[in-house]
Amino acid sequence: MGRSIKKGPYVDETLLERVEELNRSRQKKVLKTWSRRSTILPEFVGHTLAVHNGKKFIPVYVTENMVGHRLGEFALTRTFRAHGSAEKATTTPTGKA
Amino acid sequence: MARIAGVDLPREKRGEVALTYIYGIGRSAALRVLQQARVDPNKHVKAWSEEEVGRIRDIIEREQKVEGDLRREISMNVKRLMDIGCYRGIRHRKGLPVRGQRTHTNARTRKGPRKGVMVKKKPVAAAPPPTAAAAAPKKAGA
Repeated sequence: MGRSIKKGPYVDETLLERVEELNRSRQKKVLKTWSRRSTILPEFVGHTLAVHNGKKFIPVYVTENMVGHRLGEFALTRTFRAHGSAEKATTTPTGKA
Repeated sequence: MARIAGVDLPREKRGEVALTYIYGIGRSAALRVLQQARVDPNKHVKAWSEEEVGRIRDIIEREQKVEGDLRREISMNVKRLMDIGCYRGIRHRKGLPVRGQRTHTNARTRKGPRKGVMVKKKPVAAAPPPTAAAAAPKKAGA
């Protein structure tokens, strides 16, 4: 179920302040943030936010289409180790050497 | 005879059911359309008059997104998700479940038929590499 419209979109206050500060000063700077739960607002468009994925910061360039999504949707937390490439991984090193 | 939105409706079925043969119309939408067109939902398609067919067609064209248009809208939505590189888009790209279902087992609808592991012949293909010079130290290390 989606969030109630009455409440409006959720954005971490501090993050919003920092982005608006950038907008006021017309700067483009990469903002590091842990706030994966924040909704992307139209104000964020054009900025690059470094979103924490639990290990490192993933740079996310915000475009118009992303408005309404959460920051976390763009910084994946899982690494997928493919099954198929496990065979390749064992064969290629020997093949190269 | 009763051709609506490019789909031939089955003549032998009740109108409420027959309309669901159109992509984008289910039971409740069918019922709503028929009510609006003042056609008895239990009336079979073959008993519809030309005028009734016209009314139904008008209503569907006006108020319902069906068939090609609907398919296009859906694929555009999916494409948008894939283009912005969000989690749901990535799941669409990989053909895996999008809404958080488990993939340890099941999820066959999204993943398609099971791909069995090639059991035979693999040991034979894997056997020669260990004889290579580089492979030997690795084995010793492990």
